[in-house]
Amino acid sequence: RRAAMATAQLADYVDRIVQIITNDGRVIVGKLKGYDQTTNVILDESHERVFAADAGVEQVILGLYIVRGDNIAVLGEIDEETDSKLDLTTMQAEPLGPVVH
Amino acid sequence: AHGVREALERTMLFYSFFKTLIGKEVVVELKNDLAIRGELHSVDQYLNVKLLNISVVDPERFPHMASVKHCFVRGSVIRYVQLPKADVDTELLQDAARREAQQQRAK
Repeated sequence: RRAAMATAQLADYVDRIVQIITNDGRVIVGKLKGYDQTTNVILDESHERVFAADAGVEQVILGLYIVRGDNIAVLGEIDEETDSKLDLTTMQAEPLGPVVH
Repeated sequence: AHGVREALERTMLFYSFFKTLIGKEVVVELKNDLAIRGELHSVDQYLNVKLLNISVVDPERFPHMASVKHCFVRGSVIRYVQLPKADVDTELLQDAARREAQQQRAK
């Protein structure tokens, strides 16, 4: 029951499209299918959004992924309306840096 | 000093403290330098937080979250939580921390 309390926060995101920021600075988008108390996460139909300072965002198809909880920094709910209006091909930015403990 | 830190982790003191801030606007600075402002929606025993209606503090440098409105931040990756001064009774918090640490040491 305690474990369920701890990650009740992720229950709201199941079956939604989410964006994960990993500890090594990657941005991975996919449909959240499952999670556990250590925030290990299952992402379906996932792709990575690769950012570069001198080029538009590249999307790399990944498929069905398990992302280990200790490698997850942020899990955000993608607002599909806002996301569909973004032109990723013209978005340029430095890739996110790694998490430094 | 190490024992005090562990004592405060074992208690629910900061978990309880953050619960009093639910509904308030905070800025969470992460260990990858990303800073996210949002309304504190919830917190758990690991001090994972969920923020609503977020805005990134430096959106030009960090456009990566442009389509995210609500997010979950893992406690282990948080460097700082910036709080509105008016919402925190620092003396109360200090006393509570001192009492908890003393109680834990006495066990």
